[in-house]
Amino acid sequence: MSSSGEAPVRHTVHVVLPAHLRTLARVSGDVEIELEGPVTQRRILDAIEARFPALLGTMRDQITLQRRPFVRFFACQQDLSHESPDAPLPDAVASGAEPFLVVGAIAGGRNVAL
Amino acid sequence: MSGVRVLAGTKKGAFILTSDGKREHWDVSGPHFAGWEIYHMKGSPADPNRLYASQSSGWFGQIIQRSSDAGKTWEPVGNKFAYDGVPGTHQWYDGTPHPWEFKRVWHLEPSLRDPDMVYAGVEDAAIFRSNDAGQNWTELSGLRGHDTGPRWQPGAGGMCLHTIILDPANEGRMYIAISAAGAFRTDDGGASWRPINRGLHSAMLPEPTADVGHCVHHVAMHPSRPGVLFMQKHWDVMRSDDSGDSWYEVSGNLPTDFGFVIDTHAHEPNTIYVVPIKSDSEHYPPDGKLRVYRSRTGGNEWEALSNGLPQSDCYVNVLRDAMAVDSLDTCGIYFGTTGGQVYVSPDAGDHWKPIVRDLPAILSVEVQTLA
Repeated sequence: MSSSGEAPVRHTVHVVLPAHLRTLARVSGDVEIELEGPVTQRRILDAIEARFPALLGTMRDQITLQRRPFVRFFACQQDLSHESPDAPLPDAVASGAEPFLVVGAIAGGRNVAL
Repeated sequence: MSGVRVLAGTKKGAFILTSDGKREHWDVSGPHFAGWEIYHMKGSPADPNRLYASQSSGWFGQIIQRSSDAGKTWEPVGNKFAYDGVPGTHQWYDGTPHPWEFKRVWHLEPSLRDPDMVYAGVEDAAIFRSNDAGQNWTELSGLRGHDTGPRWQPGAGGMCLHTIILDPANEGRMYIAISAAGAFRTDDGGASWRPINRGLHSAMLPEPTADVGHCVHHVAMHPSRPGVLFMQKHWDVMRSDDSGDSWYEVSGNLPTDFGFVIDTHAHEPNTIYVVPIKSDSEHYPPDGKLRVYRSRTGGNEWEALSNGLPQSDCYVNVLRDAMAVDSLDTCGIYFGTTGGQVYVSPDAGDHWKPIVRDLPAILSVEVQTLA
Protein backbone atom coordinates (compact mmCIF):
# COMPACT_ATOMS: atom_id res chain seq x y z
CA MET A 1 0.00 0.00 0.00
CA SER A 2 1.20 3.52 -0.72
CA SER A 3 1.31 6.23 1.96
CA SER A 4 -2.05 7.43 0.69
CA GLY A 5 -3.45 4.01 1.32
CA GLU A 6 -3.86 3.20 -2.36
CA ALA A 7 -2.36 0.04 -3.75
CA PRO A 8 0.53 0.84 -6.15
CA VAL A 9 -0.41 0.48 -9.77
CA ARG A 10 0.82 -2.74 -11.32
CA HIS A 11 2.13 -2.74 -14.88
CA THR A 12 2.92 -5.50 -17.30
CA VAL A 13 5.66 -4.26 -19.58
CA HIS A 14 6.69 -5.99 -22.80
CA VAL A 15 10.41 -5.92 -23.43
CA VAL A 16 11.99 -6.88 -26.72
CA LEU A 17 15.58 -7.99 -26.37
CA PRO A 18 18.06 -8.30 -29.23
CA ALA A 19 18.81 -11.81 -30.46
CA HIS A 20 22.15 -12.16 -28.68
CA LEU A 21 20.63 -11.23 -25.33
CA ARG A 22 17.66 -13.55 -25.82
CA THR A 23 20.14 -16.37 -26.38
CA LEU A 24 22.10 -15.40 -23.32
CA ALA A 25 18.93 -15.20 -21.21
CA ARG A 26 17.64 -18.42 -22.75
CA VAL A 27 14.33 -16.97 -23.78
CA SER A 28 12.55 -16.85 -27.08
CA GLY A 29 10.31 -14.00 -28.04
CA ASP A 30 9.37 -10.98 -25.96
CA VAL A 31 9.79 -10.83 -22.22
CA GLU A 32 6.99 -9.70 -19.93
CA ILE A 33 7.89 -8.12 -16.63
CA GLU A 34 5.66 -6.98 -13.82
CA LEU A 35 6.36 -3.62 -12.21
CA GLU A 36 4.68 -1.78 -9.41
CA GLY A 37 4.73 1.99 -9.46
CA PRO A 38 6.47 4.20 -12.02
CA VAL A 39 7.75 2.61 -15.22
CA THR A 40 11.21 3.91 -16.04
CA GLN A 41 14.24 2.62 -17.93
CA ARG A 42 16.06 1.98 -14.67
CA ARG A 43 13.22 -0.03 -13.18
CA ILE A 44 12.81 -2.09 -16.34
CA LEU A 45 16.53 -2.84 -16.46
CA ASP A 46 16.58 -3.64 -12.75
CA ALA A 47 13.76 -6.12 -13.26
CA ILE A 48 15.30 -7.69 -16.36
CA GLU A 49 18.66 -8.14 -14.67
CA ALA A 50 17.07 -9.58 -11.55
CA ARG A 51 15.17 -12.14 -13.60
CA PHE A 52 18.05 -12.89 -15.97
CA PRO A 53 21.34 -12.44 -14.12
CA ALA A 54 23.19 -13.51 -17.26
CA LEU A 55 22.28 -10.10 -18.69
CA LEU A 56 24.08 -8.17 -15.96
CA GLY A 57 26.51 -5.81 -17.61
CA THR A 58 25.25 -6.40 -21.13
CA MET A 59 22.94 -3.40 -21.40
CA ARG A 60 24.54 -1.09 -18.87
CA ASP A 61 27.80 -1.02 -16.99
CA GLN A 62 27.54 -2.91 -13.71
CA ILE A 63 29.52 -0.32 -11.80
CA THR A 64 28.52 3.04 -13.28
CA LEU A 65 25.07 1.87 -14.46
CA GLN A 66 25.66 3.87 -17.62
CA ARG A 67 24.04 2.54 -20.80
CA ARG A 68 26.56 0.68 -22.91
CA PRO A 69 27.52 2.90 -25.85
CA PHE A 70 26.16 0.60 -28.58
CA VAL A 71 22.93 -0.28 -26.80
CA ARG A 72 19.88 1.86 -27.52
CA PHE A 73 16.42 2.02 -26.01
CA PHE A 74 13.36 2.69 -28.15
CA ALA A 75 9.61 2.82 -27.57
CA CYS A 76 6.67 4.34 -29.41
CA GLN A 77 8.90 5.27 -32.38
CA GLN A 78 11.13 7.33 -30.10
CA ASP A 79 14.80 6.94 -29.31
CA LEU A 80 14.83 7.13 -25.52
CA SER A 81 18.50 6.30 -25.15
CA HIS A 82 19.48 9.72 -23.95
CA GLU A 83 16.55 10.22 -21.62
CA SER A 84 17.12 10.10 -17.89
CA PRO A 85 16.94 6.49 -16.67
CA ASP A 86 14.48 7.74 -14.05
CA ALA A 87 12.17 9.55 -16.45
CA PRO A 88 8.72 7.99 -16.76
CA LEU A 89 8.34 6.07 -20.00
CA PRO A 90 5.35 6.71 -22.30
CA ASP A 91 1.99 5.55 -20.98
CA ALA A 92 1.72 3.09 -23.85
CA VAL A 93 4.78 1.24 -22.50
CA ALA A 94 3.43 1.25 -18.97
CA SER A 95 0.08 -0.07 -20.18
CA GLY A 96 1.72 -2.81 -22.22
CA ALA A 97 0.31 -1.47 -25.47
CA GLU A 98 3.78 -0.76 -26.85
CA PRO A 99 6.98 -2.70 -26.16
CA PHE A 100 10.20 -1.34 -24.72
CA LEU A 101 12.90 -2.17 -27.24
CA VAL A 102 16.52 -2.89 -26.36
CA VAL A 103 18.46 -2.58 -29.57
CA GLY A 104 22.05 -3.22 -30.55
CA ALA A 105 23.08 -0.09 -32.44
CA ILE A 106 24.07 -0.34 -36.08
CA ALA A 107 27.78 0.11 -35.76
CA GLY A 108 30.90 -1.40 -37.12
CA GLY A 109 34.48 -1.03 -38.02
CA ARG A 110 36.88 -2.02 -35.31
CA ASN A 111 40.40 -3.18 -35.79
CA VAL A 112 41.36 -6.16 -33.70
CA ALA A 113 45.07 -6.71 -33.28
CA LEU A 114 45.21 -9.38 -30.65
CA MET B 1 42.32 -44.28 -25.44
CA SER B 2 44.20 -41.02 -25.44
CA GLY B 3 42.97 -38.04 -27.34
CA VAL B 4 43.02 -34.30 -27.67
CA ARG B 5 40.50 -31.51 -27.38
CA VAL B 6 41.37 -28.28 -29.17
CA LEU B 7 39.62 -25.14 -27.98
CA ALA B 8 39.49 -22.49 -30.67
CA GLY B 9 38.26 -18.99 -29.93
CA THR B 10 37.24 -17.01 -32.99
CA LYS B 11 35.79 -13.66 -33.92
CA LYS B 12 32.35 -15.24 -34.27
CA GLY B 13 32.16 -17.98 -31.68
CA ALA B 14 33.97 -20.89 -30.08
CA PHE B 15 34.73 -24.25 -31.63
CA ILE B 16 35.81 -27.48 -29.98
CA LEU B 17 37.79 -29.89 -32.12
CA THR B 18 38.35 -33.41 -30.83
CA SER B 19 40.36 -36.35 -32.05
CA ASP B 20 41.97 -39.51 -30.83
CA GLY B 21 45.69 -39.81 -30.28
CA LYS B 22 46.39 -40.22 -33.98
CA ARG B 23 45.06 -36.74 -34.64
CA GLU B 24 43.94 -37.62 -38.15
CA HIS B 25 40.16 -37.44 -37.94
CA TRP B 26 38.41 -34.64 -36.13
CA ASP B 27 34.98 -33.88 -34.79
CA VAL B 28 34.03 -30.23 -34.87
CA SER B 29 31.59 -28.82 -32.36
CA GLY B 30 30.34 -25.26 -32.66
CA PRO B 31 29.88 -22.47 -32.99
CA HIS B 32 29.32 -22.05 -29.30
CA PHE B 33 28.31 -18.49 -28.36
CA ALA B 34 27.66 -17.85 -32.04
CA GLY B 35 28.33 -14.35 -33.22
CA TRP B 36 30.39 -13.33 -30.19
CA GLU B 37 34.12 -12.81 -30.04
CA ILE B 38 35.79 -15.53 -28.03
CA TYR B 39 39.13 -14.09 -27.10
CA HIS B 40 40.18 -17.14 -25.13
CA MET B 41 38.99 -20.50 -23.86
CA LYS B 42 40.99 -22.80 -21.63
CA GLY B 43 40.57 -25.97 -19.61
CA SER B 44 41.59 -26.62 -16.04
CA PRO B 45 44.70 -28.77 -15.67
CA ALA B 46 43.15 -30.13 -12.47
CA ASP B 47 39.84 -31.14 -14.09
CA PRO B 48 39.76 -31.43 -17.87
CA ASN B 49 35.97 -31.19 -17.92
CA ARG B 50 36.12 -27.69 -16.45
CA LEU B 51 36.45 -25.09 -19.17
CA TYR B 52 36.34 -21.32 -19.06
CA ALA B 53 35.62 -19.01 -21.98
CA SER B 54 35.86 -15.28 -22.45
CA GLN B 55 32.93 -14.14 -24.58
CA SER B 56 32.67 -10.50 -25.55
CA SER B 57 31.09 -8.10 -27.97
CA GLY B 58 31.45 -4.44 -28.75
CA TRP B 59 27.73 -4.10 -28.14
CA PHE B 60 27.06 -6.15 -25.06
CA GLY B 61 30.37 -6.27 -23.24
CA GLN B 62 32.05 -9.09 -21.40
CA ILE B 63 30.61 -12.47 -20.46
CA ILE B 64 32.48 -15.32 -18.79
CA GLN B 65 31.22 -18.81 -19.56
CA ARG B 66 31.98 -21.93 -17.60
CA SER B 67 31.49 -25.56 -18.50
CA SER B 68 31.75 -28.53 -16.17
CA ASP B 69 31.16 -31.17 -18.82
CA ALA B 70 33.92 -30.50 -21.34
CA GLY B 71 31.96 -27.95 -23.30
CA LYS B 72 28.72 -29.86 -23.80
CA THR B 73 26.85 -27.28 -21.74
CA TRP B 74 27.83 -23.85 -20.52
CA GLU B 75 26.63 -21.37 -17.98
CA PRO B 76 27.42 -17.68 -17.75
CA VAL B 77 29.12 -16.81 -14.50
CA GLY B 78 30.35 -13.56 -12.98
CA ASN B 79 31.39 -10.73 -15.27
CA LYS B 80 31.91 -7.88 -12.85
CA PHE B 81 35.52 -6.80 -13.20
CA ALA B 82 35.82 -3.84 -10.87
CA TYR B 83 39.24 -2.29 -10.47
CA ASP B 84 40.33 -2.10 -6.88
CA GLY B 85 39.95 1.40 -5.42
CA VAL B 86 40.19 4.51 -7.56
CA PRO B 87 41.64 3.25 -10.83
CA GLY B 88 43.79 6.29 -11.65
CA THR B 89 45.34 6.82 -15.06
CA HIS B 90 47.77 5.32 -17.51
CA GLN B 91 49.25 6.96 -20.59
CA TRP B 92 47.10 7.33 -23.67
CA TYR B 93 48.48 7.01 -27.19
CA ASP B 94 49.29 10.72 -27.26
CA GLY B 95 51.06 10.59 -23.93
CA THR B 96 48.26 12.22 -21.93
CA PRO B 97 46.86 10.59 -18.77
CA HIS B 98 43.86 8.37 -19.48
CA PRO B 99 41.58 6.72 -16.93
CA TRP B 100 41.78 2.96 -16.56
CA GLU B 101 38.65 1.47 -18.17
CA PHE B 102 37.72 -2.19 -18.27
CA LYS B 103 37.11 -3.39 -21.82
CA ARG B 104 37.43 -7.17 -22.05
CA VAL B 105 39.12 -10.33 -20.85
CA TRP B 106 41.94 -11.41 -23.15
CA HIS B 107 43.19 -14.47 -21.34
CA LEU B 108 41.88 -16.95 -18.78
CA GLU B 109 44.41 -19.05 -16.90
CA PRO B 110 42.97 -21.77 -14.67
CA SER B 111 44.97 -22.75 -11.60
CA LEU B 112 47.21 -25.76 -11.97
CA ARG B 113 45.69 -27.36 -8.90
CA ASP B 114 42.20 -26.03 -8.21
CA PRO B 115 39.55 -26.13 -10.95
CA ASP B 116 37.57 -23.41 -9.19
CA MET B 117 40.46 -20.95 -9.22
CA VAL B 118 41.09 -19.02 -12.39
CA TYR B 119 42.96 -15.87 -13.35
CA ALA B 120 41.85 -13.33 -15.93
CA GLY B 121 44.07 -10.94 -17.84
CA VAL B 122 42.09 -7.92 -18.94
CA GLU B 123 42.19 -4.74 -20.98
CA ASP B 124 42.92 -2.09 -19.65
CA ALA B 125 45.75 -4.08 -18.18
CA ALA B 126 45.06 -5.77 -14.87
CA ILE B 127 44.88 -9.26 -13.46
CA PHE B 128 41.88 -10.64 -11.61
CA ARG B 129 41.37 -13.90 -9.76
CA SER B 130 38.28 -15.93 -9.00
CA ASN B 131 38.27 -18.53 -6.25
CA ASP B 132 34.71 -19.67 -6.92
CA ALA B 133 34.80 -20.92 -10.49
CA GLY B 134 34.30 -17.54 -12.09
CA GLN B 135 31.41 -16.29 -10.01
CA ASN B 136 33.27 -13.41 -8.35
CA TRP B 137 36.44 -11.64 -9.44
CA THR B 138 38.97 -9.74 -7.35
CA GLU B 139 41.75 -7.66 -8.78
CA LEU B 140 45.33 -8.42 -7.75
CA SER B 141 45.87 -4.72 -7.70
CA GLY B 142 49.52 -4.75 -6.75
CA LEU B 143 50.24 -5.09 -10.44
CA ARG B 144 48.28 -2.10 -11.70
CA GLY B 145 49.36 -0.21 -8.64
CA HIS B 146 53.01 -0.65 -9.49
CA ASP B 147 54.94 2.63 -9.53
CA THR B 148 55.28 2.38 -13.28
CA GLY B 149 51.51 1.98 -13.89
CA PRO B 150 50.91 5.61 -14.83
CA ARG B 151 53.54 5.21 -17.58
CA TRP B 152 52.00 2.15 -19.22
CA GLN B 153 50.64 2.78 -22.68
CA PRO B 154 48.39 0.73 -24.99
CA GLY B 155 49.74 -1.13 -27.98
CA ALA B 156 47.89 -1.11 -31.28
CA GLY B 157 45.44 -3.71 -29.98
CA GLY B 158 44.74 -1.92 -26.72
CA MET B 159 46.42 -2.06 -23.34
CA CYS B 160 45.87 -5.72 -22.75
CA LEU B 161 47.21 -8.20 -20.25
CA HIS B 162 47.39 -11.15 -22.60
CA THR B 163 49.77 -13.66 -21.04
CA ILE B 164 49.59 -15.37 -17.65
CA ILE B 165 52.05 -18.13 -16.78
CA LEU B 166 51.85 -20.04 -13.51
CA ASP B 167 55.07 -21.54 -12.20
CA PRO B 168 54.40 -25.22 -11.44
CA ALA B 169 57.34 -25.41 -9.06
CA ASN B 170 56.58 -22.27 -7.08
CA GLU B 171 52.98 -21.58 -6.20
CA GLY B 172 53.63 -17.93 -5.44
CA ARG B 173 55.33 -17.17 -8.73
CA MET B 174 53.52 -15.94 -11.82
CA TYR B 175 54.56 -14.16 -14.96
CA ILE B 176 52.35 -11.83 -16.95
CA ALA B 177 52.82 -9.70 -20.04
CA ILE B 178 51.15 -6.50 -21.14
CA SER B 179 51.14 -4.72 -24.47
CA ALA B 180 52.82 -2.32 -24.29
CA ALA B 181 54.15 -2.25 -20.76
CA GLY B 182 56.25 -5.41 -20.82
CA ALA B 183 56.64 -8.48 -18.64
CA PHE B 184 56.17 -8.63 -14.87
CA ARG B 185 56.71 -11.26 -12.20
CA THR B 186 55.25 -11.85 -8.79
CA ASP B 187 56.86 -14.12 -6.20
CA ASP B 188 54.16 -13.68 -3.57
CA GLY B 189 51.03 -14.90 -5.28
CA GLY B 190 50.20 -11.59 -6.91
CA ALA B 191 50.51 -9.21 -3.96
CA SER B 192 53.54 -7.43 -5.41
CA TRP B 193 55.05 -7.34 -8.87
CA ARG B 194 58.15 -6.14 -10.57
CA PRO B 195 58.97 -5.47 -14.19
CA ILE B 196 61.28 -8.06 -15.76
CA ASN B 197 62.36 -6.32 -18.92
CA ARG B 198 66.11 -5.95 -18.54
CA GLY B 199 67.78 -6.80 -21.81
CA LEU B 200 64.81 -5.89 -23.98
CA HIS B 201 65.52 -3.25 -26.60
CA SER B 202 62.65 -1.45 -28.32
CA ALA B 203 63.86 1.09 -30.83
CA MET B 204 60.55 2.94 -30.91
CA LEU B 205 60.85 3.95 -27.26
CA PRO B 206 62.44 7.27 -26.29
CA GLU B 207 64.63 5.18 -24.03
CA PRO B 208 64.98 1.83 -25.87
CA THR B 209 66.04 -0.10 -22.77
CA ALA B 210 63.48 1.42 -20.41
CA ASP B 211 62.20 -0.69 -17.53
CA VAL B 212 58.66 -0.62 -18.95
CA GLY B 213 57.03 0.23 -22.26
CA HIS B 214 58.04 -2.79 -24.31
CA CYS B 215 55.47 -4.40 -26.55
CA VAL B 216 55.74 -8.01 -25.44
CA HIS B 217 53.55 -10.16 -27.66
CA HIS B 218 53.77 -13.49 -25.87
CA VAL B 219 55.87 -15.48 -23.41
CA ALA B 220 56.30 -19.26 -23.13
CA MET B 221 57.73 -21.50 -20.45
CA HIS B 222 58.35 -25.23 -20.32
CA PRO B 223 56.90 -26.60 -17.07
CA SER B 224 59.97 -28.73 -16.35
CA ARG B 225 62.24 -25.71 -16.49
CA PRO B 226 60.26 -22.79 -15.09
CA GLY B 227 63.23 -20.46 -14.80
CA VAL B 228 63.71 -20.39 -18.56
CA LEU B 229 61.38 -18.13 -20.50
CA PHE B 230 61.01 -17.46 -24.20
CA MET B 231 59.47 -14.26 -25.51
CA GLN B 232 58.16 -13.09 -28.83
CA LYS B 233 58.47 -9.35 -28.53
CA HIS B 234 57.04 -6.98 -31.13
CA TRP B 235 60.38 -7.36 -32.85
CA ASP B 236 62.92 -9.83 -31.45
CA VAL B 237 62.68 -13.33 -30.04
CA MET B 238 64.18 -13.29 -26.57
CA ARG B 239 65.22 -15.76 -23.91
CA SER B 240 65.73 -15.53 -20.18
CA ASP B 241 67.57 -18.13 -18.10
CA ASP B 242 66.96 -16.40 -14.77
CA SER B 243 63.19 -16.18 -14.42
CA GLY B 244 63.01 -12.98 -16.38
CA ASP B 245 65.66 -11.06 -14.46
CA SER B 246 67.51 -10.59 -17.73
CA TRP B 247 66.91 -11.37 -21.39
CA TYR B 248 69.04 -11.95 -24.44
CA GLU B 249 68.10 -12.17 -28.08
CA VAL B 250 67.80 -15.55 -29.81
CA SER B 251 66.31 -14.44 -33.13
CA GLY B 252 69.32 -15.90 -34.93
CA ASN B 253 68.59 -16.85 -38.53
CA LEU B 254 64.84 -16.17 -38.53
CA PRO B 255 63.72 -14.47 -41.76
CA THR B 256 62.04 -11.80 -39.63
CA ASP B 257 61.85 -11.66 -35.87
CA PHE B 258 58.50 -9.91 -35.77
CA GLY B 259 55.63 -12.18 -34.75
CA PHE B 260 53.03 -12.92 -32.14
CA VAL B 261 53.09 -16.57 -30.99
CA ILE B 262 55.77 -18.56 -29.26
CA ASP B 263 55.55 -21.96 -27.60
CA THR B 264 57.68 -24.83 -26.34
CA HIS B 265 57.66 -28.53 -27.22
CA ALA B 266 55.91 -30.62 -24.56
CA HIS B 267 58.86 -32.94 -23.94
CA GLU B 268 61.88 -31.00 -25.13
CA PRO B 269 62.32 -27.83 -23.10
CA ASN B 270 64.88 -26.48 -25.51
CA THR B 271 62.65 -26.85 -28.57
CA ILE B 272 60.62 -23.77 -29.35
CA TYR B 273 58.30 -22.60 -32.10
CA VAL B 274 57.48 -19.22 -33.62
CA VAL B 275 55.63 -18.03 -36.70
CA PRO B 276 57.55 -15.14 -38.25
CA ILE B 277 55.42 -12.31 -39.56
CA LYS B 278 56.77 -9.86 -42.11
CA SER B 279 56.68 -6.65 -40.08
CA ASP B 280 54.72 -4.47 -37.72
CA SER B 281 53.12 -2.79 -40.69
CA GLU B 282 52.46 -5.97 -42.71
CA HIS B 283 50.93 -8.62 -40.51
CA TYR B 284 51.35 -11.68 -42.70
CA PRO B 285 54.08 -14.21 -43.40
CA PRO B 286 57.06 -13.15 -45.52
CA ASP B 287 56.80 -13.97 -49.23
CA GLY B 288 53.23 -15.27 -48.85
CA LYS B 289 54.62 -18.51 -47.35
CA LEU B 290 53.19 -19.76 -44.07
CA ARG B 291 56.08 -21.27 -42.16
CA VAL B 292 56.51 -22.26 -38.57
CA TYR B 293 60.08 -22.01 -37.37
CA ARG B 294 61.49 -24.46 -34.87
CA SER B 295 64.63 -24.20 -32.84
CA ARG B 296 65.92 -27.31 -31.12
CA THR B 297 68.67 -25.34 -29.47
CA GLY B 298 66.65 -22.92 -27.38
CA GLY B 299 66.93 -20.23 -30.02
CA ASN B 300 69.36 -18.75 -32.54
CA GLU B 301 69.34 -21.77 -34.87
CA TRP B 302 65.98 -22.05 -36.58
CA GLU B 303 64.58 -24.34 -39.25
CA ALA B 304 61.55 -23.63 -41.40
CA LEU B 305 58.66 -26.08 -41.15
CA SER B 306 56.42 -25.85 -44.17
CA ASN B 307 55.33 -29.37 -45.11
CA GLY B 308 51.58 -29.13 -45.56
CA LEU B 309 51.37 -25.37 -45.06
CA PRO B 310 50.51 -23.00 -47.93
CA GLN B 311 53.66 -21.82 -49.66
CA SER B 312 52.21 -19.23 -52.00
CA ASP B 313 49.74 -16.37 -51.76
CA CYS B 314 49.18 -16.82 -48.03
CA TYR B 315 48.55 -13.56 -46.20
CA VAL B 316 47.07 -14.58 -42.88
CA ASN B 317 48.27 -13.67 -39.41
CA VAL B 318 48.71 -15.89 -36.38
CA LEU B 319 47.66 -14.03 -33.26
CA ARG B 320 49.44 -14.21 -29.95
CA ASP B 321 47.31 -16.78 -28.12
CA ALA B 322 46.73 -18.93 -31.19
CA MET B 323 49.41 -21.60 -30.74
CA ALA B 324 49.37 -24.58 -28.39
CA VAL B 325 50.97 -27.98 -27.92
CA ASP B 326 49.62 -31.29 -26.68
CA SER B 327 51.60 -33.66 -24.50
CA LEU B 328 51.08 -36.94 -26.32
CA ASP B 329 54.21 -39.00 -26.93
CA THR B 330 54.72 -37.43 -30.30
CA CYS B 331 54.06 -33.83 -29.37
CA GLY B 332 51.32 -32.19 -31.39
CA ILE B 333 51.62 -28.54 -32.38
CA TYR B 334 48.56 -26.45 -33.22
CA PHE B 335 47.99 -22.95 -34.47
CA GLY B 336 45.14 -20.91 -35.86
CA THR B 337 45.13 -18.14 -38.42
CA THR B 338 43.14 -15.02 -39.09
CA GLY B 339 41.99 -16.82 -42.23
CA GLY B 340 40.08 -19.33 -40.13
CA GLN B 341 42.36 -22.33 -40.47
CA VAL B 342 43.46 -24.42 -37.51
CA TYR B 343 46.53 -26.47 -38.38
CA VAL B 344 47.87 -29.51 -36.57
CA SER B 345 51.20 -31.21 -36.74
CA PRO B 346 51.07 -34.56 -34.94
CA ASP B 347 54.84 -34.96 -35.27
CA ALA B 348 56.23 -31.87 -33.59
CA GLY B 349 56.13 -29.70 -36.67
CA ASP B 350 57.45 -31.96 -39.42
CA HIS B 351 54.11 -32.35 -41.19
CA TRP B 352 51.04 -30.14 -41.05
CA LYS B 353 47.47 -30.34 -42.13
CA PRO B 354 44.40 -28.23 -41.52
CA ILE B 355 41.84 -29.51 -39.03
CA VAL B 356 39.39 -26.89 -40.28
CA ARG B 357 39.80 -24.38 -43.07
CA ASP B 358 36.95 -21.94 -42.94
CA LEU B 359 36.24 -20.85 -39.41
CA PRO B 360 36.02 -17.16 -38.55
CA ALA B 361 39.35 -15.51 -37.76
CA ILE B 362 41.06 -17.50 -35.02
CA LEU B 363 41.78 -15.47 -31.91
CA SER B 364 43.10 -18.24 -29.67
CA VAL B 365 43.96 -21.92 -29.64
CA GLU B 366 44.40 -24.14 -26.61
CA VAL B 367 44.64 -27.89 -26.44
CA GLN B 368 43.86 -30.43 -23.77
CA THR B 369 45.54 -33.82 -23.76
CA LEU B 370 43.02 -36.40 -22.61
CA ALA B 371 43.90 -39.65 -20.90
